[in-house]
Amino acid sequence: MEETLSFLRRRLAALEPAGARREQTAFGLGLAQIDDALAGGLVRGGLHEILPVAEADATAAAGFGAGLALRSMATARDLVWVRQKNAERETGGLYTPGLSAFGLDPDRLIMVGVHDIVGVLRAGVEAARCPGLGAVILEPWGSHRTLDLTATRRLALAAEKSGVTVILMRPGAREEVSAAQTRWRVASGPSVPLAANAPGRPVFDVTLLRNRAGPAGMEWRLEWDHEHHHFRQTAPLSGPVVSVPGRRPAAARFPLARTG
Amino acid sequence: MDPPADRRLLERLADFCDRYTPLVALDLPQGLVLDITGCAHLFEGEARLRESLMDRLEKAGIETRATVAGTPQAARALARFGDVDLVPCGGEAHAVDGLPVSALDIGRESVVALNRAGLKTLGDLAMRPRSALAARFGSALTTGLARVLGEEDIRISPRRPLPDCLVERRFAEPVTWVEEALEALSAEVGRLLEARGEGGRAFEAAFFRTDGKVLRLGLETGRPTRDPKSLMRLFRERLDSLSDPLDAGFGFDLIRLSVMRTEGFAPAQASLDGRHVEEEEVAELVDRLGVRFGAEAVTRFVPVNTHIPERAAYAVPAAELSGKTAGWPTPDPVGPPLRPIHLFDPPQPIEALAEVPDGPPLRFRWRRVLHEIARAEGPERIAPEWWRHDRCDGLTRDYYRLEDVSGRRFWVFREGLFSEQFAPRWFMHGMFA
Repeated sequence: MEETLSFLRRRLAALEPAGARREQTAFGLGLAQIDDALAGGLVRGGLHEILPVAEADATAAAGFGAGLALRSMATARDLVWVRQKNAERETGGLYTPGLSAFGLDPDRLIMVGVHDIVGVLRAGVEAARCPGLGAVILEPWGSHRTLDLTATRRLALAAEKSGVTVILMRPGAREEVSAAQTRWRVASGPSVPLAANAPGRPVFDVTLLRNRAGPAGMEWRLEWDHEHHHFRQTAPLSGPVVSVPGRRPAAARFPLARTG
Repeated sequence: MDPPADRRLLERLADFCDRYTPLVALDLPQGLVLDITGCAHLFEGEARLRESLMDRLEKAGIETRATVAGTPQAARALARFGDVDLVPCGGEAHAVDGLPVSALDIGRESVVALNRAGLKTLGDLAMRPRSALAARFGSALTTGLARVLGEEDIRISPRRPLPDCLVERRFAEPVTWVEEALEALSAEVGRLLEARGEGGRAFEAAFFRTDGKVLRLGLETGRPTRDPKSLMRLFRERLDSLSDPLDAGFGFDLIRLSVMRTEGFAPAQASLDGRHVEEEEVAELVDRLGVRFGAEAVTRFVPVNTHIPERAAYAVPAAELSGKTAGWPTPDPVGPPLRPIHLFDPPQPIEALAEVPDGPPLRFRWRRVLHEIARAEGPERIAPEWWRHDRCDGLTRDYYRLEDVSGRRFWVFREGLFSEQFAPRWFMHGMFA
């Protein structure tokens, strides 16, 4: 019964006109300027690759990847995050209270720890085939000959079939040939300081290195809004920028800033 | 004499005997006890079962003595000291009548003492009043005697846990290709579980090779399962993940699928939005990943009510956790995230230059790189949990959120206040996105 319903739903989706499908199968970053440049956004159910500029930017890459994964989910769904175990030594372990503060519900996170890149790919393909998931984040460490065009194409095909977005992070690796729809280079950017010169929200300096569906080579400085789950460009002027909170009365608009 | 090697051989023989009954116990150093209650008819009776067992062991070059009797102790005594093959029901007392008292498995002193008293056979003993025997030799003798005589019966403790239900398939010609047989068995076990209104949480497939070796594959699922297809997918995953493939040798002549643990299986109501399908799919994925990488590798997180950052969450196998956990702190909608997304455990020592007593670092060196700080916030003071005696270790920590000139954000802390310590140490604890 459920399978039938789900099958019919998918068939209906396939019958929709192409324009509407484009809307459905793409997700934007939440920023008109970038979404226009990307011709509507990134492909949902595609493979997107993220390269940190340096090893120390692996955390920024993880943040940007988590942001993309959150953007790609139309409704709250489970997210599988596959990590190679030796990444823990380099970047530290995933910290769920921090992810929660980043906007990712820890109850939705399934973490898979594997020993080698082959394991990451296996778990990744297996997860990418599961249509019940929202997104899959893969975090192999370094380069390996098994992580080549064929392997990434397999990932991309699995993602396309199930409609699950796959984010492939490549800390410690160089730019290589892959079947990814888009490839991003990410570094941490200086945040917009709050009162008393406190660090502000996460800011990423991103470069779109490759884009199958359109132009590439653009650079943006993006700030992540964990409340509304969207990226935005940082204000050019300094000074605290406070967004209107999503679920708060207007009176609480300017809370006291935390200072030392 | 090599007792460990003997024991290993006995274990292998016990494995082999599993094909006759799931209830096999070791009787060290040289015996095996099989509880064949309810199994004999599968082998056309007790006598044929015994013959088949002895035949096969003889072909393997092992000489055996075997007796079928009503109680394990009577069978043991007769196999070791008598020459009866099969004791008819209730005939234990008569059968053991002429056996020496040493057949009772009592200490050597007791045997000598009994012999001195002129009690040489079990028949002699059986005629004596039990209370007198118990008074002189202890109750162990009388209970042993009662068991050998078939007056009292106890169950053996099998060396393997007893499955809740099992199905098996025997082959006249040994097979080397197991998947087809496993598929048939999965379907059968699915029907069996459906009839019982249950689902299995733990399964074990046992492959009995013709040469007596037994290979076992176990798997556990996160939810009760009885769908043959998903069961098969898990078994394929398990077969694929073996470091060396299943060695069929000359073939398997018996394949058995046991359900080691069952649970009530409530068919869930399907919801129209497909939520239920999604959850099923994710749960199946968790099972598959768990079978391939080990259940401990696939985790979800549970919050812990503590202020100590590295203890604020712990990972549990995703298969064991179902439903939502309550208690994650709600994120501040306006301010920046106050906790990093990567945490170092243990924290990594850094060299920092900071204002005394509690200013943020102006610069610090971590992994041989010097970071100049552009923005800082803090301290956020976290004291050790003095109310927990077992965990009251360490010093007060002052945490700072820092951003260096290149825009990387760090979470560092100073262990100890300047009032507590002369030169407190600094640590890198995490990194913000």
